[in-house]
Amino acid sequence: MAANIGQSIRRFEDPRFLQGQGKYVANLTLPNMAYMAVKRSPHAHARINGIDSSAAEAMDGVIAVFTGHDLEADDIGWLPCGWQVPDLRMPALRALVLHKVRHVGDRVAIVLAESPYIAEDAVEAIQVDYEPLPAAIGARKATEPGAPQVHRGVDNNTCFVWELGDKEAHEKAFAEADHIVELDLINQRLIATAMEPRAAVAQWNAFTEEMTLWTTSQNPNLIRWVMGAFTLKIPEHKLRLISPDVGGGFGSKIPHYPEEVLVPWAARKIGRPVKWVAARSESAMSDTQGRDHVTRARLALKNDGTITGIGVETWADMGAYLSIVAPLIPTAFYITVLSGLYKIPGIYGKTYGVMTNTVWVDAYRGAGRPEAAYVIERLVDMAAHKLGMDPIALREKNLIPADEFPYQTPVALSYDSGNYKGLFAKALDVANYEKLRRDQEKARAEGRLVGVGVASCIEASGPVPSAVSGALGGVTGFWEAGTIRVHASGKVTAITGAHSHGQGHDTTFVQIVADQFGVSMDDVDLVHGDTAVVTNGMGTYGSRSTSVGASALVKSSEKIREKMKKLAAHLLEADVADVVYDTEKAAVYVKGSPDKSKSFGDLAYAAYTGHSLPEGMEPGLEEITYYDPHNFTYPNSLHIAQVEIDRDTGEVSIQRYVAVDDVGNVINPLIVEGQVLGGVAQGVGQALWEHGVYDENGQLVSGTLLDYAMPRADRFPMIETARTVTPSPHNPLGVKGVGEMGTITATPTIVNAVLDALAPLGIDHLDMPLSAPKIHAAIQGRMNGGD
Amino acid sequence: MQVSLTVNGKNYRRDVEPRTLLVDFLRDHLNLTGTNIGCDTSQCGSCTIHMNGEAVKSCTVLTVQADGADLRTIEGLANGELHPMQNAFWNEHGLQCGFCTPGMIMSAVKLVENGKNLSEEDIRHGLEGNICRCTGYQNIVKAVQAAAKEMAGGD
Repeated sequence: MAANIGQSIRRFEDPRFLQGQGKYVANLTLPNMAYMAVKRSPHAHARINGIDSSAAEAMDGVIAVFTGHDLEADDIGWLPCGWQVPDLRMPALRALVLHKVRHVGDRVAIVLAESPYIAEDAVEAIQVDYEPLPAAIGARKATEPGAPQVHRGVDNNTCFVWELGDKEAHEKAFAEADHIVELDLINQRLIATAMEPRAAVAQWNAFTEEMTLWTTSQNPNLIRWVMGAFTLKIPEHKLRLISPDVGGGFGSKIPHYPEEVLVPWAARKIGRPVKWVAARSESAMSDTQGRDHVTRARLALKNDGTITGIGVETWADMGAYLSIVAPLIPTAFYITVLSGLYKIPGIYGKTYGVMTNTVWVDAYRGAGRPEAAYVIERLVDMAAHKLGMDPIALREKNLIPADEFPYQTPVALSYDSGNYKGLFAKALDVANYEKLRRDQEKARAEGRLVGVGVASCIEASGPVPSAVSGALGGVTGFWEAGTIRVHASGKVTAITGAHSHGQGHDTTFVQIVADQFGVSMDDVDLVHGDTAVVTNGMGTYGSRSTSVGASALVKSSEKIREKMKKLAAHLLEADVADVVYDTEKAAVYVKGSPDKSKSFGDLAYAAYTGHSLPEGMEPGLEEITYYDPHNFTYPNSLHIAQVEIDRDTGEVSIQRYVAVDDVGNVINPLIVEGQVLGGVAQGVGQALWEHGVYDENGQLVSGTLLDYAMPRADRFPMIETARTVTPSPHNPLGVKGVGEMGTITATPTIVNAVLDALAPLGIDHLDMPLSAPKIHAAIQGRMNGGD
Repeated sequence: MQVSLTVNGKNYRRDVEPRTLLVDFLRDHLNLTGTNIGCDTSQCGSCTIHMNGEAVKSCTVLTVQADGADLRTIEGLANGELHPMQNAFWNEHGLQCGFCTPGMIMSAVKLVENGKNLSEEDIRHGLEGNICRCTGYQNIVKAVQAAAKEMAGGD
């Protein structure tokens, strides 16, 4: 029965989605429900001199209008930042503002009404007297003298400065370098754009004094913790959070949002269930956004191509407020991975966290690690061009050898396992790299702009060992809880604190659990996303679900098997040392006497009848594990792309894309490949099209899907994928993260390919997105002899 | 205003505000919540349904414009068993979070019904009005290719 692990099983959760039966928050209707809409600021920075809601309140169907003063009167609604780097200057964040708005979309008031249409009408009828103020825009500019101040008490708009690395070794590397490559780059602002906009529904039970909140979260238990402790003044054990089917997250559904306070607060105030569903344009100006670094980077090399040092100085735009783990992203998730796949002795990085009058920035698929990978892989590519080396050859020269794992980098991390040479060999073979280069030469001879780009990246996935979290500023640990409940009838419920919003846990976790016992997958069900059932958990982000969440389930399964063995030994009158759990047959038997056995079902039943248990054994068959990861896992990749640029339009077409990843052991190849494919498309999106654009006044210019250029089906060729496998040695499944590798690697791969195509024109760098107009202008500039 | 229309073979007569969008009517008045709303500028295609035999984005249609129309939503696609397109999406792992899926499937069904010998390029171009953030489209394209074969009666 065992060995479901490793099989491409089509997903158990799919039939409901395929038939329009997905349980998304926006689909929930409760009796006597009221609808909430949010009055949002049209200004990036303004003082509020007054709010007149009388016209709104007088409208038919309007139940109430509340402002920040109502929230203040109840003394709730302060949202904390959960990642406190040293000397953090943490600006106040309230669910509704009082006197000032600090970004377009900032929250001024809420309306409760009988229908969503009326609520929207009433929002329009609220008159706010704004006194516009100059806006601080641009991470670097906002730190300059005379820049508008976003928050009092955050001087120069700099809320933290963080550094890591051996500065002395770093300086020595650059002092003794034969070559130094320098690059100023921008990693642009992105808007996550999960297809399901955020939504929340709350129901207050005045009889039991319990609040139920349905919310589109990647981590409902974590949010309940924060709400119970800080924001809502309803104790944690009286709060139930449910995140049912969630339509994508990509990091933007990690944070604790103001609406998660406002909806339940309003529900209690008006004594009715309340629903709020964001419009897409509302999501664009209120979901946390991603990336946005301004970076000065440099790389030190010897004549033979040996990399000896890398350094960054980065201004990270945090937006107008500090979201829940925001300071983590450009610090410990960024500078720690600057070693990439390479042996580099002299690494040093420094980050300035900068407040601006823009939407808040927090984790977005990859979160800090894509920014690091982009810096490294751009520098290495530029170095290859400078030294006249093939970019593959330069990378191979510097790879950490397979026999040096675990490998301690100079920037805190200890890589668990890897065979980077093997990974390269596989990717070069699948791509037929030599031929790509020959074809490119031919195309160039014909005057065509064809480029071949590569990028080899690492991710530290599966956050975070709790002690590491504590040392780096996290206010919590990042274990995961997993319960296995074997019912008296022999059916199994697995309960995880991880949350699936597309990742397919209902399938992969069931594969894993069924194999722990040898039972049929039909007899195993996974529960997640409801804090009434999932007593504890930290959620899904950072490619942690399987390596951390499923590991907890494996450990609980081990405990169950041990108990079953004790019970079987007792029933079979054998010594416990003489019995074996057989995962082929789902039974415990006595060594040497396979006919003396007890089936999984018999033992489950016996555990619950309690008629005959060994001395001291409690009835029942349920175990919980809090699994604290020993380390991150370190998936790695080499991607190779071939692009051609239309000289007349600047349009990039991707002709081939080869993605080879080592994500350790694979539970379900179909799902793993799906994660890579989706990740690659998202990374390509950043390279070529996507950009969250603010003008100098702080207006979000790309606030709808008309203006924000999402990847579409007609922009991709069939992506070729392959894998190498070096299992992670420190989790029971040997898995590494897969959710973010594609995104991390695709961005530099495509940018390197485009710049390789443009190299004959003498163009060595352009900032993303590499849109057709930008490339066209660069080509024209070169052809006209300009710069 | 009174409207009378057919959805998934059932007749409905309802009073609606003239400004009611068809997608809101389906979701909030008929409780057919399989049709999702992913944007507010008719870009994402999550709300795609069939209206009088054509794929339309139901966020761009007023309910009163659909008076007398014959509509089909994702809930009406399976006929006792999954439609070949639904089955192909399942087999090819053409969905992850599932939010764009109903609209994507409704678009794909019409794309195949209206086209012959669709090339990969035709399919990619035909789905250009539906946005998926999760899959990178590749397995969706494969699903449509597989379903097209099945729907043409081939093997």
